Amino acid sequence: MSILVNKDTRLLVQGITGREGAFHTQQMIEYGTNVVAGVTPGKGGEWAVGNTPVFDTVMDAVNATEANASIIYVPARFAPGAIIEAADAGLDLVICITEGVPALDMVEVRAFLDTTNTRLIGPNCPGIITPEEAKVGIMPGHIHTKGHVGLVSRSGTLTYEVVYALTSRGIGQSTAVGIGGDPIIGTTFLDVLQLFEDDPDTEQVVLIGEIGGTDEQKAAEFIANRMSQQVTAFIAGQTAPPGRRMGHAGAIISGGEGTAAEKMAALKAAGA
Amino acid sequence: MNLHEYQSKRIFAKYGIPIPKGEVAITPSQARDIAVRLGGPVVVKSQVLVGGRGKAGGIKVAQTPDEAEARADEILGMNIKGLTVKKVLVDQAADIRSEIYLGAVLDRARRRVVLMASSEGGVEIEQVAAETPEKIVTVAVHPFLGLRDYQARILAEGIGLPKEHTRQFIKIAKGLYAAYMGSDASLAEINPLVITGDNQLLAVDGKIALDDSALFRHPDLAEMRDPDSESPAEVTARRHDLNYIQLDGEIGCMVNGAGLAMATMDIVKFYGGDPANFLDIGGGAQADKVATALGIILADEQVKAVLINIFGGITRCDEVAKGVLAAIESLNADVPFVVRLAGTNEKEGREILAEANFPTATTLAEAAQLAVAAAKGEQA
Repeated sequence: MSILVNKDTRLLVQGITGREGAFHTQQMIEYGTNVVAGVTPGKGGEWAVGNTPVFDTVMDAVNATEANASIIYVPARFAPGAIIEAADAGLDLVICITEGVPALDMVEVRAFLDTTNTRLIGPNCPGIITPEEAKVGIMPGHIHTKGHVGLVSRSGTLTYEVVYALTSRGIGQSTAVGIGGDPIIGTTFLDVLQLFEDDPDTEQVVLIGEIGGTDEQKAAEFIANRMSQQVTAFIAGQTAPPGRRMGHAGAIISGGEGTAAEKMAALKAAGA
Repeated sequence: MNLHEYQSKRIFAKYGIPIPKGEVAITPSQARDIAVRLGGPVVVKSQVLVGGRGKAGGIKVAQTPDEAEARADEILGMNIKGLTVKKVLVDQAADIRSEIYLGAVLDRARRRVVLMASSEGGVEIEQVAAETPEKIVTVAVHPFLGLRDYQARILAEGIGLPKEHTRQFIKIAKGLYAAYMGSDASLAEINPLVITGDNQLLAVDGKIALDDSALFRHPDLAEMRDPDSESPAEVTARRHDLNYIQLDGEIGCMVNGAGLAMATMDIVKFYGGDPANFLDIGGGAQADKVATALGIILADEQVKAVLINIFGGITRCDEVAKGVLAAIESLNADVPFVVRLAGTNEKEGREILAEANFPTATTLAEAAQLAVAAAKGEQA
């Protein structure tokens, strides 16, 4: 078992003919992910990345291939439309890798998603990997090994760092989920912790947070009251100067809310 | 990106929010001319992108044009928290009876734009939130519905606004929401919104912060950027899509990903070093971007060692390695480098560096320790 993606994931790639889309589709296929279709408006009927059929719309692709999840590599200005299109086509899971999506667009997207059954991961995230089953994202596959530790993180490369450390100590992972660092995201720590809690194959969880926002504090509450597994947490940005924005739109400390110290205290108190 | 007070208020005015009459001056004599045109007492206000201008002596009242010229002469060229004042806004002085606060901000937890009002105008809202949170009233706006009259009425009632002002307040609240949405702001606030002697609401001071990710659809707003509010290095970084913040330490850091960059800084500090900067080269950086990033780090004279930490996902290690070598060749760098490459194409990346006899580290901990030692002049 695992969460969100596995051998049965039939993946659709939105933006498959772009530079990043093509490169990472190749990497996902090499890892063993079942990539069934691509979508690039205007290129329907063509083939991309070997023998993956390309469609003009998500609806066409779903009808022809029974794709059940989508990953988005389109530029920021087209990403909100791509997410909405995927949700409107009825996909259960949409993962948006794109960074730099305007925050107010995401407010609209989230309000629309609330009316659907689609789960969005991201934007501005590395994606999801269930080792040896499916890599749906941009993470380097070879650093992962199959096992029983679930990871959830707001940061991309920092997650790789932790996975790499686990793997080199012989500790495998059930699923690693990058939820993204933007202020408005589709799936929060809380949602993913709930999924891990319900997954019999995940015995321990690593949570990787950073400064800004209060999602880690909410996660702490859930860990204290509901989680049966041991949770280990890391918060980046302990040495970040207050009031400065550290890249992620979310990583800004303001009004005494969201410092690394606060988050670490909350998680420690929760037994993490 | 933050807008100046005069820029923010001009945007407010476009959305029907009443602001004082005023103009911008860059010389004392211009300030005098504006005061003559406005007639009566004026306020001379420094236009710098920091808080606390009033306390620093950057906002002064003048009764006559002569006084306006003298005050502008004092304020122009003044240094406020490291920024030199180059412009003043000369506004007609308002007859202030009372002050309130009205702001719009994105609430991450509620995933909505929220309007906030408080009876405590003229004070920073963060301070009100910390000391008397009960004085802040908020309403969340559904993106498909927009701000409704009743919501503005809830705010007006909640802060005890006299009923005679409710109508004008609703108009201003809707104007502020429209300004926020129309400019893709991350923050828009009127502080204070004053009730004047003749019973009108007036936006005396204001601030807008824009969402940098949305600037592509607002070229007019993007042009408003004040180049003086950033260091030359920060300007270069922004033009090349790099996230760079200069700090006080001696170890230059180049990392991909904001989270990993922050963690790298934390680890440098853990091993007794001090990061000279935060620098995130972002995802998918090519060799030329890497070279630009290193150029920015090396231009900082405080830097005694450079730590490069790349964990490739969308970024390819071979591209980074090429960029590092190109930069070192063209910049004649004489500070020690510690490079740690892992992830996508790491083997190719390490081979490129090995061929150039370049030292590499395997783990972040090892790399951080080497960089700290190198900065202290010890053999890496």
